[in-house]
Amino acid sequence: MAVKLKLELVSPERKLLDIEVDEVVAPGVEGDFGVLPGHTPFLTALSIGELIYKHDGNTEYVAIDKGFLEVNEDKVIVLAESAELGREIDLEEAIRRKVEMEQAVNASRKEDFEQFIKMESELKKELMRVSIAEKYK
Amino acid sequence: MAGMRDIKRKISSVKNTQKITNAMKMVSAAKLRKAQESMESALPYAEKIYEVVTDISKRVNPEIHKFLQPKEEVNTIGVVLITSDRGLCGAFNSNVSKRFTSLKREFPDKEFKFFCVGKKGYEFARRQGYDILEKYISFSGKITYNDAIDIGNNAAKMFNEDKIDELYIIYNEFKSVAYQVAQAKKILPLDIGEPEEQDSDSVIDYLYEPNANALVREIIPRFINFTIYSCLLESIAGEHGSRMAAMDNATRNAGEMIKKLTLNYNKARQAAITTEILDIVNGAEALK
Repeated sequence: MAVKLKLELVSPERKLLDIEVDEVVAPGVEGDFGVLPGHTPFLTALSIGELIYKHDGNTEYVAIDKGFLEVNEDKVIVLAESAELGREIDLEEAIRRKVEMEQAVNASRKEDFEQFIKMESELKKELMRVSIAEKYK
Repeated sequence: MAGMRDIKRKISSVKNTQKITNAMKMVSAAKLRKAQESMESALPYAEKIYEVVTDISKRVNPEIHKFLQPKEEVNTIGVVLITSDRGLCGAFNSNVSKRFTSLKREFPDKEFKFFCVGKKGYEFARRQGYDILEKYISFSGKITYNDAIDIGNNAAKMFNEDKIDELYIIYNEFKSVAYQVAQAKKILPLDIGEPEEQDSDSVIDYLYEPNANALVREIIPRFINFTIYSCLLESIAGEHGSRMAAMDNATRNAGEMIKKLTLNYNKARQAAITTEILDIVNGAEALK
């Protein structure tokens, strides 16, 4: 395949990726979607989930915590609130945090509804990290 | 003899001070480098999000979002005051409070409410008897994006509940290591500037998902949070730069003082020797 996509992934804290890829699959707010070279200009919000990109036959995973994705002229720009490359996640640490979060969710369930919603999305994030980290085991 | 021992004591005390200021300078230099790095790593995001925001907001009616609409009546102005927790950094903090004073002069009949980041700003606002909505102290240099989200969400909530009608952020803009300027920036309501003349070539017709309006609603709070975040980063870098300059000055001044004191000490020593010799000579003369 001659045509490649340029993938740029930036979070407020750092630039995580700037590479050429063959395909990107991202978690849009209205469902996952794939981007291949030649995609029409496109702008969408992302929800918590995993971003997958393929290059040279390898598949890599990135944990994304909300953000935006822009496709324009074979350039994919991801603006993530926060993001973590799959191979950088420590599985044990992720599991530990997931368990902590589960307890926190249960604790807040009875009390504050607003807090509960917040905790739940935190938990979702941790679950995502664990599932991505497991892929790299 | 202005006490040789006194002078000596003073010299050693100034030398100690010099050691401390020199050490603080080194520490600030190291911290400054780190702060500058995190500022630089925020740059790509800043460019992109600004691009997206200006681009998308041209396509929507400002009426769809409260953050884009100026309020009809402005009574209360919220101010995010970004200062440092610690002093010894020259005019860094007083510049911020001065900038606020001049902002107040622009809006003499408005009420001000504060979000204070940093202890110095908090003390300033409290001394002046202002209403403090929220204070954030002891970030002490380590700031994460989550802290900015916290501040941003809080401020946005106040804005939505009409507790504040406008929001300004006052911070030290990082021009260079040795030069920071206190800036006041209006962040709410968001002013994206006049919609430019759209020439059809440069405008790309994006496909929006869900739709442009919903996206604007999503992206604007983020943009505000990020603006706050980047101001915080600049302020932190500025704080270290400013402290470094102040400590450099202090070290140099101490050096000058030591020079002067040494001169005095030598003079005093010479005078003492002269009197001693005079005594001896006088004694010898008397024996003749």
